[in-house]
Amino acid sequence: MQVPILKQGQYLIASIQGALGDQDLVQLRDALAEKVGRLRARGVIVDVTVLDVMDSFASRTLRDLAHMTRLRGAETVIVGIQPEVAFAMVQLGLTLEGVDTALDLEEGLAFLDKKMKRSRSRG
Amino acid sequence: MASETVVPINADVDVVVARQRGRELASELGFVPTDSTLIATAISELARNIVCYAKHGEILIKPVQSGDRVGIAVVARDKGPGIANISLAMQDGFTTSGGLGLGLPGVKRLVDEFHLVSNANSGTTVTIKKWKR
Repeated sequence: MQVPILKQGQYLIASIQGALGDQDLVQLRDALAEKVGRLRARGVIVDVTVLDVMDSFASRTLRDLAHMTRLRGAETVIVGIQPEVAFAMVQLGLTLEGVDTALDLEEGLAFLDKKMKRSRSRG
Repeated sequence: MASETVVPINADVDVVVARQRGRELASELGFVPTDSTLIATAISELARNIVCYAKHGEILIKPVQSGDRVGIAVVARDKGPGIANISLAMQDGFTTSGGLGLGLPGVKRLVDEFHLVSNANSGTTVTIKKWKR
């Protein structure tokens, strides 16, 4: 299942629509790393609200995605991790270290806005 | 009572099928959503181990009963290379596939019972059980 990626202002929003296989996740990671450059995005939001399982592979791929886009100059925030998914992740030892997360899409957008403002005022 | 299912594991998409079957059976048996998620996550890890290390195998998911306790058992079987050093494989952080290496100890934390049999000739069988609270 392909993940649609929308551009909104300087952000890219990828909303996962259903269960993803490993290849789908890898494809999403690579597509976002490429689109950040082509569409000159400064921020990326990956909405995982519908994911009912986040296992080690999914966690690792999302973490790689966040680090890859950061190296390309865009900040990524993962939004919508469900409470029982978060519980299972912690039990597995998957903490998404070094990756920004937010409650939902709205909070994710607010988070990126704040980050952009900060980097502009520093700039 | 719900019946058992066997999901053949040959590719990464089968990982998704296996964990969905596990979640279905868990909710059929009346597991709370949190525990259904733990079961589905454990199945995902076991199925992925099969894809990564053995290429082919199967996941059997079945209801179990002990006295008045109801639970779910998952058997992940493959005829792959086997695990050379089981105690090493059960240490947090150990991996031979470039993964996060949290696989087996992590799975053990998700469930109530964990049993691992592996040797070089006959592959690996992991059996896990989770009881309804």
